[in-house]
Amino acid sequence: MGAQILGILVAALLSQNFILVKFYGICPFMGVSKKIDTALGMGVAVTFVMALASAACWLVYNLLLIPLNLVYMQTVAFILVIASIVQVVEMFLKKAVPALYKALGVFLPLITTNCAVLGVVLVNVSEGYNFLISVFNGVAGGLGFTLAIVLFASVRERVDKAEPPECFKGFPIALITAGLLALAFMGFSGLSIF
Amino acid sequence: MNFKKQFNEGLLTKNPVTVQLLGMCSTLAITTSLFNGIGMGLAVTIITICSNVLISALRKVIPSQVRIAAYITIIAGFVTVVDLCLQAFLPALAESLGVFIPLIVVNCMVLGRAEGFASKNGVLASAVDGLCQGIGYTVALVITCVIRELLGSGTFGGGLLNGGEGIRIIPAQFPAMQMVMPVGGFLVLGFVIAGSQALMKYLDKKKKEGVK
Repeated sequence: MGAQILGILVAALLSQNFILVKFYGICPFMGVSKKIDTALGMGVAVTFVMALASAACWLVYNLLLIPLNLVYMQTVAFILVIASIVQVVEMFLKKAVPALYKALGVFLPLITTNCAVLGVVLVNVSEGYNFLISVFNGVAGGLGFTLAIVLFASVRERVDKAEPPECFKGFPIALITAGLLALAFMGFSGLSIF
Repeated sequence: MNFKKQFNEGLLTKNPVTVQLLGMCSTLAITTSLFNGIGMGLAVTIITICSNVLISALRKVIPSQVRIAAYITIIAGFVTVVDLCLQAFLPALAESLGVFIPLIVVNCMVLGRAEGFASKNGVLASAVDGLCQGIGYTVALVITCVIRELLGSGTFGGGLLNGGEGIRIIPAQFPAMQMVMPVGGFLVLGFVIAGSQALMKYLDKKKKEGVK
């Protein structure tokens, strides 16, 4: 169990990084990575939602969908669970931690359409993880997401000051930067602890 | 309804991938062979048309406070239908696209068209919009696929032509493996978007000169 947890952590952070290797959650990765602060806020929010979603969806899948023979409805069920979790988190933060709520602002509702969240839930189900491992996989995946988006935002703050050719301005140069970051993460690809 | 304008927007000036930057996850992840690109493009096109039609038909019934949740549920329904159909009739494609078929639910392009177009326009116009945007998405995907496959595996039409092997263009020992890996996805898409920006500038300039 300990080795499995360590293995999942290393995989989610480095060798199987959610963004740079598996391509989950590219939209917020490109959209909210202009400043380090907002990138960090997004990362924290996503990590939190991913952990909650992993737990809730595991319960829904194993206690509801399997006994009722409704496994083919998993995509619909999961997205509804995720959407409601995001809504609840949003309302809870608004009441309990208004400062954090303000800092996250518009990013919170956007997490619903972050494919990293749905992705981690689908991976949990297809790998047949138990409850604890599922939740841990959610947290680790979120940390990997945070690592990648913060690194990328730091590079991007500098790239913005550079002068690329006219047609590369904006997103193309950002994508190429992300490509180089992915190249660096490819160096971890042999890394696995099992 | 201006079909030609909508088509032009979907294909070039408002292309979902190269201009609006929607649905990037699937664009980057699955564009490793022509078969994947065409399959994913068609799946997304069908889902966009269906969800656009239904959402447009229901646009006066859905209360605006819960519209996003309603849209996502409708989209998830169609994605499940397509997912099950692919698993039944095209298992090779389902295997190759893997988790990215259910992830079409959170493909921002489908939701973006629902929110940006179908919720404000009639059924027929929404269907046409879904078709045009879907074609634009497919074209961008196929271009990325062809470049990545050529550089990365040295073949053309993998999974589709020549009994699934593809037609070999570069001898097997030369291609750069990195191009079919994540790195290649980011780099090639960056160049494809830069190319489309350059093309649009060129067309713009030509149009202006024509007016003069």
